[in-house]
Amino acid sequence: MLDVDLSLVNWSRAQFALTAMYHWIFVPLTLGLSFLCAMFESIFVRTGNEKWKAITRFWMTLFGINFAIGVATGIILEFQFGTNWSNYSWMVGDIFGAPLAVEGIFAFFLEATFFAVMFFGWNRVSKSFHLFSTWMVAIGSNLSALWILVANAWMQNPVGMAFNPETARFEMENFWAVLFSPVAMSKFTHTTSSGFLLGSLFVLTISCWYLLKGRHVEMAKKSIVVASVFGLLSSIFVAFTGDEAAFEVAQKQPMKLAAFEGLYKGETNAGLVAMGMINGDKKPGDSQQPFLFELKAPGLLSLLANRKTGSFVPGIDDLVYGNKEHNVMGVTEKMSKGKLAVADLTAFKQARKAKDVVAAQAALTRFNTNKEYLGYGYLNSPEEAVPPVSTAFYSFHIMVILGSIFPVLFLAFLFLTIKGKITEQRWLLPLGVPAFFLGLIAQQMGWVVAEVGRQPWAIQGLMPVKVATTNIAVGHVQATFFMFLAVFTLLLIAEIKIMLKQISIGPEGM
Amino acid sequence: MSQPIASIYSFYRNGFKNMTVGRTLWKIIFIKLIVMFAVLKLFFFPNYLKTNFQNDQQRADHVLEQLSRMTTHNQ
Repeated sequence: MLDVDLSLVNWSRAQFALTAMYHWIFVPLTLGLSFLCAMFESIFVRTGNEKWKAITRFWMTLFGINFAIGVATGIILEFQFGTNWSNYSWMVGDIFGAPLAVEGIFAFFLEATFFAVMFFGWNRVSKSFHLFSTWMVAIGSNLSALWILVANAWMQNPVGMAFNPETARFEMENFWAVLFSPVAMSKFTHTTSSGFLLGSLFVLTISCWYLLKGRHVEMAKKSIVVASVFGLLSSIFVAFTGDEAAFEVAQKQPMKLAAFEGLYKGETNAGLVAMGMINGDKKPGDSQQPFLFELKAPGLLSLLANRKTGSFVPGIDDLVYGNKEHNVMGVTEKMSKGKLAVADLTAFKQARKAKDVVAAQAALTRFNTNKEYLGYGYLNSPEEAVPPVSTAFYSFHIMVILGSIFPVLFLAFLFLTIKGKITEQRWLLPLGVPAFFLGLIAQQMGWVVAEVGRQPWAIQGLMPVKVATTNIAVGHVQATFFMFLAVFTLLLIAEIKIMLKQISIGPEGM
Repeated sequence: MSQPIASIYSFYRNGFKNMTVGRTLWKIIFIKLIVMFAVLKLFFFPNYLKTNFQNDQQRADHVLEQLSRMTTHNQ
């Protein structure tokens, strides 16, 4: 048995998840609201209408509050790398160093210059320079997100690198392959556009609340029009980029896709589950039905996964135990190769220690034959390669269902506001108020889908999460988990209080 | 040369001076940074490999040892 304490692994996982999910409350709102502020200000500069200036300053203040509370919460993730995930942190340091350094430099210059002009520069710099600064903050914030998403994408699809057994590190061979990998690109476009969507929902929610209260009616209506147009376009873009992201998952992480869909037995002309309830007792390889009930759209999963309706999509059983007919190598076979890779790595280490150059070279040559299966060598059973299916399935479907509602909502609000009938729609306005919170749920579900769906891997196929952890006392991780929970809760309460106060003051207080 | 620097200084000084909600936000940012770096990082999140090993060779050896030890137990 492994001498890894699974409760330590799970507490480390939980702490990372808590921090990332908390951080992810603020980031997408920053990404979306920054562009909306730039749009409101562009209308002000173009029309010269002071009402648009008041609108811009109001949303900009809310943007500032969200940014200030959220800033640096991501740094805690880096603390955790060094303490809880030292093996991982050491092994990927060369890959992550460049993207994270670029992000740090980018964020610093952006925040020190354009951010200051955006908030301090009203009436002190020219209108056009102020507008330019606001756009730069929006573009810069989104580009800053690129680097962290590139790092995350590399973990899901490790490209442009080679493992160096001398240093025990993955070393970057091709920066451009890492930056422009299709997984990184689809992750970046899907994540940022979902942020635009969330920003639009935020504006919609607060504007609907104002309309229901009969306050700041003109500002609310103007804001709804801009947010609905931006939100509608973003929702359509989110759907396209989501489709591309799912295609990449199907190609690079087929187990993850099978878990999303609760697909155990591979199918040709595979159907996409529109709605269903997972059978929680189902295990890989058994004869139980995977669903208690399901509603499928025939052929759509094949189309999503391979761009062909009649094509074969491997299920969990095919991926775990192999399927010769469809040329799918199972985890069982990969584990044999992985164990050889790890044994050769051990032999290399011992030969190097004994200064036996010939034996070290021989071990290295053997290691290179199976190195792409390295991570499988650490699994105890083939079934360990299956992520938690229920969590992946429900989070994916909740995200997709919510994502399908938003464009309809934006379209309804846009149409009725342009027609001048929005204030009469007492049935529609209350639907707009919870929209932002639904958007937040969709965001969090998206994160869960991406990260839970790739379990047990820290780096796809190369490093399971249990190998990534530091062997420290579980009590230490538990203590810091609750410490973070307390700090994050306090910060969230502070944000909500400040935000609500500012919303209740409205644009007159700007 | 000194004129632009003075303008930038005055720009930031006046900006900070005229803040309203920004004052509260800066307080929160400072408290947060102090808690993160002076408490959490210092006392609860030491860099394991930097603290326990003196150089990169030792760190690499430790990680390799971890990778092989897991295999030995696994087989």
